[in-house]
Amino acid sequence: MRPDEKRVSERFDVAAARRRCMQYRRRILDISQKVTALHAAPAFSCVEITDVIYRGLMRPAPDGKGFSDAFLMSKGHGCMTQYAVLEALGILASEELDRYCTPQGILGAHPDRGNPGIEASTGSLGHGMGIAVGMAHAEKILRSGKRIFAVLSDGELQEGSSWEGAMMAANLHLDNLLAFVDLNDIGGLEKMSQSHTAFYPLREKFESFGWESAEVNGHDCAAMHQAVNARRGGRPYALLCKTVKGRGVEFMEHVPIWHYRSPSKEEYAAAIRDLREVSA
Amino acid sequence: MRNTFAKTFLEAAQKDARLCVVVADISPAGAMDQFRKEFPERFINTGVAEQIMIGMCAGMSMRGLKPFAYTIATFALYRPFEFIRDDLCYQDLPVTVVGIGGGVTYSTLGGTHHAMEDVAIASAIPNMRVIAPCDPEETRAATQWCVAQEEGPVYLRLGKAGEPLITQNAKPFAFGKVRLLREGRDVCILGYGPVLKLGMDAAVALEKRGISVAVASVHTLKPLDREGIVPLLASFPKVVVMEEMVPHGGLGNTVKALAWESGARCRIDCLSLQDEFIHSYGNHDEILRAHGISFDRVVQLVSA
Repeated sequence: MRPDEKRVSERFDVAAARRRCMQYRRRILDISQKVTALHAAPAFSCVEITDVIYRGLMRPAPDGKGFSDAFLMSKGHGCMTQYAVLEALGILASEELDRYCTPQGILGAHPDRGNPGIEASTGSLGHGMGIAVGMAHAEKILRSGKRIFAVLSDGELQEGSSWEGAMMAANLHLDNLLAFVDLNDIGGLEKMSQSHTAFYPLREKFESFGWESAEVNGHDCAAMHQAVNARRGGRPYALLCKTVKGRGVEFMEHVPIWHYRSPSKEEYAAAIRDLREVSA
Repeated sequence: MRNTFAKTFLEAAQKDARLCVVVADISPAGAMDQFRKEFPERFINTGVAEQIMIGMCAGMSMRGLKPFAYTIATFALYRPFEFIRDDLCYQDLPVTVVGIGGGVTYSTLGGTHHAMEDVAIASAIPNMRVIAPCDPEETRAATQWCVAQEEGPVYLRLGKAGEPLITQNAKPFAFGKVRLLREGRDVCILGYGPVLKLGMDAAVALEKRGISVAVASVHTLKPLDREGIVPLLASFPKVVVMEEMVPHGGLGNTVKALAWESGARCRIDCLSLQDEFIHSYGNHDEILRAHGISFDRVVQLVSA
């Protein structure tokens, strides 16, 4: 255990988080065998991000049911990860994951509002920031003290609407809004770092839009937990999480085809063999 | 209509702390300014940014507030269209989108400011309800319905300011019900929005020539009052539909379809904006005339 992991270990058990994250990946691979499209790789890049938010940062509701803070999966194609986390928390029934993308079930390849633990229907990119800003401002009006956690993709920050939202969040001083950006670099067509170089630097963009921002390894639960808890506050907060698309299964890592594709039987077997605990 | 909306909204907002307004850089007129002073947190100006206007309304609604999005109709509906579809309609959130200056109200500002297709576009989205009142009093009643409802999204299409009253003698407004503004025997005019004033004027003029004309406000375009319209099609030999909207997806085509389905034998004539961007400037009446909508044209159609 590294020294920085030790410091946060009292509040967040990093070793347990790693075990959970491997289980989520395993669960996602299992479900991938039942359907043709699953978005495995974009789910794998935000596994640690989603776990640290739910398990380390969101505050439980006073009645013990669910959370008083809210989680919004703006990158809707990452919802398999959210489903797996919600299942482990007992919020989403396992039978529903077994019925994923079938007429008998309620879960699709993008999240639907009304399903257990799902705040908003996302899937079209660039919507989550605006919704999160509205939610955060509503909690300010209601004086609830509740915080909004949103997980965004780097790709959806190419949408102008994301920046309309970012600007308003700072204008409204929404210090209860925490955005986690899953910087897996791979867009639908190509690597953003090669094709859209003006997208970077991102931290400076957020800061010039009035946000507080930090950049961490998005597979390092300890670093993310520590960064959020060390924030100065008083502004909306963007945690830029550098990740690897497909992380956890070596042959999926950095390979664009796994954005949509479900592994074949042989690939599944190889993936299960290959699956390992991700350390930062 | 704009001022009546603002006054009605303010009165409701003083009693219901969940009511909020999100505007996109439109100057708050009359009572809206008062609302802003009384409830600064509940009045949000996103600036010239309509996608976040709708996105914020969705998020606020999800947390239990009752937001209204408010700006010029083209910018309220067209610019953030996919946000209205996905954030408000797909998720069936009780948010009212108020479009000011429906039709060609902003007659000197050119096509960028003409909401000529708004009713058709809004009506096409599942879960969306569409209301277009015809005068300030009907705007008051429609606004009262919008602030009270908690079921889902609404597009409220308003004119601008200074519209005359034409609903003095009508029965009270009921959402989803055709509202008879004036009794008649020979011809029935169906329409919505301030342009219905031309229909009322024509009815008065034609009465002197011995033609008895009924006028009805179809203020709720969606859900359309089929049960209310079919008997009118059955009992009048002639029906004229008038709307400040393009013909595609409008009330005229829908009424003709209803007549076919119900086996009505009446003659139906439709008066609408042209399926055309007309590069012409002038006052509201002048632009309507450029589109072929005028008092004389209504009189001619009704009496033909």
